[in-house]
Amino acid sequence: MKRLSHIVALAVALTMLAVAVPAVSFAAGPAALEGNRAITVTMFLIVIAITLGIVIWAARRTRTTSDFYAAGSAITGVQNGFAIAGDFCSAATFLGVAGLISLFGFDGLYWSIGPMMAFVTILLLIAEPCRNLGKYTVGDILSFRASPVPVRASIAIVTVVLSIMYLILQMVGAGRLMQLLLGIPYQVSVVGVGILMIGYVMFGGMIATTWVQIIKACLLMFGGLILFILVGVKVGFNPFALFSDVAGSQAIRDWVQTAVMKDAVPRAGFDYGQRFLEPGLFMSNPWDQLANCIGFLLGTAGMPHILMRFFTVPDAKAARKSVVVAMFLIGGFFIMTAFSGFGAALFVTPQLIAKVDPGGNMANLLLAKIIGSEIAPWVGDVLMAFLCAVAFATILAVVSGVVLAGAGGISHDIWVSIVRKGKADQREQLIAAKITSVFVGIGGILIAMASEKQNVAHVGIIAFGVAASGNFPAVILSLFWRKMSTAGICAALLFGTVGAVGLVLVSPTMQYPKVIAASAQKIVTTLEKKQVDGAVLTEKELASLAKARDDYAKNRDGTSILGLDKPLYPMKNPGIASVPLGFLAAIVFSLLFPNKREEKAFDEVYVRQNTGIGISRALEH
Amino acid sequence: MKELEYTDWVRIAKSPSFIELHRKKTRFLFGWWICSVLFFFTIPLGAGYLPDLFRYKVIGNINFAYVLVIFTFFASWYLSIRYMRWANRVSDPLTAHVVEELAARRDSAGSVAQPMAHT
Repeated sequence: MKRLSHIVALAVALTMLAVAVPAVSFAAGPAALEGNRAITVTMFLIVIAITLGIVIWAARRTRTTSDFYAAGSAITGVQNGFAIAGDFCSAATFLGVAGLISLFGFDGLYWSIGPMMAFVTILLLIAEPCRNLGKYTVGDILSFRASPVPVRASIAIVTVVLSIMYLILQMVGAGRLMQLLLGIPYQVSVVGVGILMIGYVMFGGMIATTWVQIIKACLLMFGGLILFILVGVKVGFNPFALFSDVAGSQAIRDWVQTAVMKDAVPRAGFDYGQRFLEPGLFMSNPWDQLANCIGFLLGTAGMPHILMRFFTVPDAKAARKSVVVAMFLIGGFFIMTAFSGFGAALFVTPQLIAKVDPGGNMANLLLAKIIGSEIAPWVGDVLMAFLCAVAFATILAVVSGVVLAGAGGISHDIWVSIVRKGKADQREQLIAAKITSVFVGIGGILIAMASEKQNVAHVGIIAFGVAASGNFPAVILSLFWRKMSTAGICAALLFGTVGAVGLVLVSPTMQYPKVIAASAQKIVTTLEKKQVDGAVLTEKELASLAKARDDYAKNRDGTSILGLDKPLYPMKNPGIASVPLGFLAAIVFSLLFPNKREEKAFDEVYVRQNTGIGISRALEH
Repeated sequence: MKELEYTDWVRIAKSPSFIELHRKKTRFLFGWWICSVLFFFTIPLGAGYLPDLFRYKVIGNINFAYVLVIFTFFASWYLSIRYMRWANRVSDPLTAHVVEELAARRDSAGSVAQPMAHT
């Protein structure tokens, strides 16, 4: 009976897709991305079919809560390493990092080394203690010696908020991707991705999520390798040639001069090409960049859906191995995307990349199409279609993991542990988990639908900021500090979250029309002065002048979402202030509101997290 | 299987083998982590405050900043392998020792005290 219902679900889903895709009138995407629609759609359907197959296989094996949340702790270290790599290398990483590098040069690399250091942090300080101490969620770890009600409630709320933010990032990306590439309206894509994601989590739980991550990680590595080879062949696998070509490219020179440094006229003797290869084009304030690095370093280690991965392996040693495997995969992947990013700057040009998508997210796809087409037009189409499908699979996998983390927070931490005081049988726990997944998924869909026109870059900064300033201090101090109390945990979560969110909302990351107007005005003044002095403006300069006048007129009277004229906090990333704030709150409140029982229980916590004595193991079937 | 209670945990925590385990782990893990973090922070700060050094072209167009980035990748990989080896050699055997001691003590303990309810 169960098997039949799963087959019916699959049939329904495929039918919906088969009907929806051709029924929608395809709007023409930008000419640069005109691939062969039939190939692209086919690739997408293959990806969906494979992942749905995994879900059905997983659904039959998911019988207990241990299966649903932690895949029965039966995932091996190597498998989990692939899953972690898959989990972390989201579409933002695959498309966004290469995009950043292609538009801003060196600064994009911070998005690569940050995560490497983050996994060093996880490897040394986080992975094994958490596996030794927890069961399904971060709430299990935090509430080990603390009062469960306030702590589980707080962490569940933070987890859901983080999940929804991550969901927004991924689903908005998916919606825009499908719209650009297939002409499917944004809203339809978001709903489609959402339905698939809810289905995956509801029916397949952590087993499905893990295996989708593993397969997607392999696809991603393969995709990265293809791009790496494409760029390599063009430069004869000579990195020095690649970089000298990049520095010598006229398109890149123009880009750096006009779009990045906003010099209306070129400065004498300034090597704009080499400047592209130097740090500081994306974030000029080194403390801001440092805050960005801190955000990665600590935020990744505090992300609930990453932490959740460690409960899927049998013991701490396997958790350790999985992080090492993940580090090699992720590192290799980032090296490949670094090359594809610079390659895209060289062979696609930043101007074209930014025109198709101002965030640069289409860099890798355009690169595949353009270089592939030099071999044969259909090669470009197939490669681009393949990479799109990979990006799509990536999004699906990550959103599933994130929904699961959010659902875990609500159903395991709040419903089962707080409301039902731990007295819920397997069946009820499973039902609670599945229902919660549906609601978290629907929440994500609705908010993503509302975010169609928003620039969601700040959502990512907020998410990592919250994880770094709230979650990380709460977890690390609970594991290593005797005097950490319930008050400290809740204070860390509260101050860290509010601090990170608040600072970003008044930071330069938001849009401040008056600031845009001011810089537009500067360009207008410079160029007009040049005209007055009798010089004739080039066509490029005339275009810049027109655009600047237009920008000025549109923006001179606007304010940010919060009604501000200009940022109150000088840096895009809140980390420098919000992370110390989170730690300080944890320490101060723990000392102000100490708890003797919790202090005494530290010995148990410390012994367990170091040795694994009493570790929670999978239930036997 | 008998639940460990508060006195058991305190006894383990004060036992010489656990103290040795925790001291060695703390030194290795936090020591290496702090080193890595300090190194890592020099990249954004150095890029901002020592621009001439970071823009210095080492080979061709590749400047010092890239050297540091490449170093970060390989150093992270090296550290991860080094930790695995160290764990196999040092902390895993020590952990096993602590667990053995616990099992031995409980076998010879005889009668069982009531476990405390854990909130």
